[in-house]
Amino acid sequence: MPDASNGTLNSHVPDGPVQDKWDKHRFEMKLVNPANKRKFNIVVGGTGLAGGSAAASMAELGYNVKSFCIQDSPRRAHSIAAQGGINAAKNYPNDGDSIWRLFYDTVKGGDYRSREANVYRLAQVSNQIIDQCAAQGVPFAREYGGTLSNRSFGGAQVSRTFYCRGQTGQQLLLGAYQALMRQVAIGKVQLFARREMLDLIVVDGVARGIVVRDLVTGKFETHVADAVVMATGGYGNVFYLSTNAKTCNVTASWRCHKRGAYFANPCYTQIHPTCIPQSGDYQSKLTLMSESLRNDGRVWVPKNAKDTRSPKDIPEAERDYYLERRYPSFGNLVPRDVASRAAKERCDSGFGVGAGLAVYLDFRDVIKRDGEEVVRAKYGNLFHMYEKITAENPYKVPMRIYPAVHYTMGGVWVDYNLQSTVPGLFVLGEANFSDHGANRLGASALMQGLADGYFVIPYTIGNHLATTSLPKVSDDHPAVREALENARGRVQQLLDINGTRTADSFHRQLGSIMWDYCGMARNKDGLTNAIGQIQELRQEFWKNLKVVGNGESLNQNLEHAGRVADFMEFGELLVTDARHREESCGGHFREEHQTAENEALRDDENFCYVGAWEFKGVDEESTLHKEELEFKDVKLATRSYK
Amino acid sequence: MSDTLNLTLRVWRQANRDDRGAFHAYRLEGVSTHMSFLEMLDVLNEQLISQGEEPVAFDHDCREGICGACGVMINGQAHGPDHETTTCQLHMRRFRDGDTITIEPWRATSFPVVKDLMVDRSSLDRIIQAGGFVSVNTGNAPDGNAVLVPGADQNKAMDAAACIGCGACVASCQNASAMLFTAAKVTHLAELAQGRAERSQRVLSMVAQMDEESFGGCTNTYECEAACPAGIKVTAITKLNREYLRALVTSDV
Repeated sequence: MPDASNGTLNSHVPDGPVQDKWDKHRFEMKLVNPANKRKFNIVVGGTGLAGGSAAASMAELGYNVKSFCIQDSPRRAHSIAAQGGINAAKNYPNDGDSIWRLFYDTVKGGDYRSREANVYRLAQVSNQIIDQCAAQGVPFAREYGGTLSNRSFGGAQVSRTFYCRGQTGQQLLLGAYQALMRQVAIGKVQLFARREMLDLIVVDGVARGIVVRDLVTGKFETHVADAVVMATGGYGNVFYLSTNAKTCNVTASWRCHKRGAYFANPCYTQIHPTCIPQSGDYQSKLTLMSESLRNDGRVWVPKNAKDTRSPKDIPEAERDYYLERRYPSFGNLVPRDVASRAAKERCDSGFGVGAGLAVYLDFRDVIKRDGEEVVRAKYGNLFHMYEKITAENPYKVPMRIYPAVHYTMGGVWVDYNLQSTVPGLFVLGEANFSDHGANRLGASALMQGLADGYFVIPYTIGNHLATTSLPKVSDDHPAVREALENARGRVQQLLDINGTRTADSFHRQLGSIMWDYCGMARNKDGLTNAIGQIQELRQEFWKNLKVVGNGESLNQNLEHAGRVADFMEFGELLVTDARHREESCGGHFREEHQTAENEALRDDENFCYVGAWEFKGVDEESTLHKEELEFKDVKLATRSYK
Repeated sequence: MSDTLNLTLRVWRQANRDDRGAFHAYRLEGVSTHMSFLEMLDVLNEQLISQGEEPVAFDHDCREGICGACGVMINGQAHGPDHETTTCQLHMRRFRDGDTITIEPWRATSFPVVKDLMVDRSSLDRIIQAGGFVSVNTGNAPDGNAVLVPGADQNKAMDAAACIGCGACVASCQNASAMLFTAAKVTHLAELAQGRAERSQRVLSMVAQMDEESFGGCTNTYECEAACPAGIKVTAITKLNREYLRALVTSDV
């Protein structure tokens, strides 16, 4: 169990050289014998790449699994929207890749704020993921002869990204979903769709189940288990406008946090450089255009500020390919945080196109070189989507893009076993914090989700079950009743306010505070201001929220209100974390801390740690615990993509 | 062309599965042509909540056309008038000022209405449970390049695997058949070497489950292909039929 009594956190990383840690650990962990596995019940929240693969793999081992999802089917989890690809260190192209190089690129890409041992393990199992998915029938792109194809992604100089056209997330998710459906058919997994997790059941300090609300009937259910696995995704929707799906929320993570799970590095949010710009106040979400487009698309703005000519009328000499200019060795394939800041810098300096908050992503040269058909084969669905949304044809005119909130590297703190500070609560995928540091490289979210679910949790959960005393807990145990009443009470509170403002309007306002003060650039005064504004808005929320309908039937505006209520609390923690971290790293850019060339300036002396926050009460200050980060195998250095 | 529209919406309202349900008409003014169809419904819902009325329930999630959650009948067409486009990707520039738009849920016995425009599509999950997978436990896989899949086969598999499971094929079919959905999965896995070991069992079980769920039979009207936002072609159904016959003739299952 993580020991936080002295203010530092024990990550339980095994001793020994980094390349031997996982093997050694797998040997040292206790096992549950095959005949006993069927005596253990595990609940898994979320059915994305991490949750779906975890539920299926644990059921294959013989555990009894209950799988919960908020959508009407596990196949709809937001992993499905990942477009570009998944990394692995296969080195099939023979271009110099290796586990070490993937490890190194990921640590560097994360701006030296991730845990080395976890990242090495991630790189190690990456190859097994490709094998497993190919065997499941995931239709990865292949060469004519039948071997697997690769393409390039940001932050790497090798081609290590496997892909299924522009729908890699969809295909990997369907692979995990199908594995899950197979276990449902066998009876090893019980499926609970349209359920929202509203509390964690903790008995004698150990996580023993969850409280969910059936979104169709409004009924609350308690599900007691021997271990709880949460894979409920990231919190990007705290910004309201993001590339996340509409139901993505922080509620499950936040309720775990309130029950004792520390929340790590919430300020590490990824702003993705290539998204379709906002077009109006009614906008409900932003749409990503895959990073893979930067393989062939060239990013530029006019050299003259406020140039209003149509892009085709701007001659070559008057175009500023600013990524190629500033970062000649990585060019258009610099990591996301770098590309986003560079776009913001150009737009803030008056060189933006369209309404001013956009840059061009231009395919003219690749179409000239390879022809439209080749481009269509690689990116057809993305171009189609772009045209649907903007009514412009990207084969003819350059795309207009602007950065948008996309992924959250922070999350529930977990140790090397993916166990949170509440024993028995394991957190996987985007919901945890451990592998991406302060910035995630492209094509590594899918890798991490599946690594956690297919190849880490099936081992580490056994150790927990084999070494923890797990007395029988019935549904009428006081801790179960208390959690149930707590969840029910909060929903009733929302219904009782009877104010005048909708949950959506509160959410939008919270989002604009977050984006204005805690978006791509942050400073101390702005962050302090934001905390005050969030506190005020939260007070207004609890006085003036309007929810119509009742709690005993399907009620989407009630569901939304509950999620916004949690974002109101969580948003303050995110900003608090951003204010405390007096350095710039990855997606966290503090204006006070930058180099003369406007690059992020880290402070390894004082901030080379994971900031994990302990919940003390809604209007109380959270307590900071530190996990010091050690870099033994990748030397701490200033990131350079020049 | 004006940038805003004034619309009349005829929306199906049904409190729950057992309610009879009826159309309700709503006026919506100043709808921007740049909005997506679902954003237009968001605006309607904000208006309804402000008036103290229950918002219209509809399924939606990614709003990028890939999760398959959204889907309603718009003026009698599944996902509306645009080719290969989900409801969330349909934009209001497709409509004219003064239009009346009729919005209904998918209608099929196998998709009972949950509320308003939301239906229960768990029958599609059960078709996948019947065999829409490759039986390979985690850890059992050979190297990804050990089993070669020629690019052409992979392409055919990918075309079929693109199905988003929205149910538009069922909703647009006069028989409420799930043939295109089932065929897409059968084709995806039958085209790949990895899926061939179980091909007979798979097609027989999935078709049996389809019947079990009360989906209708296919009478080749091709409405499913016309409605499919993921571009799945009816040639997948041909493939399913061949797979089915092959299984009947050659297998002992």
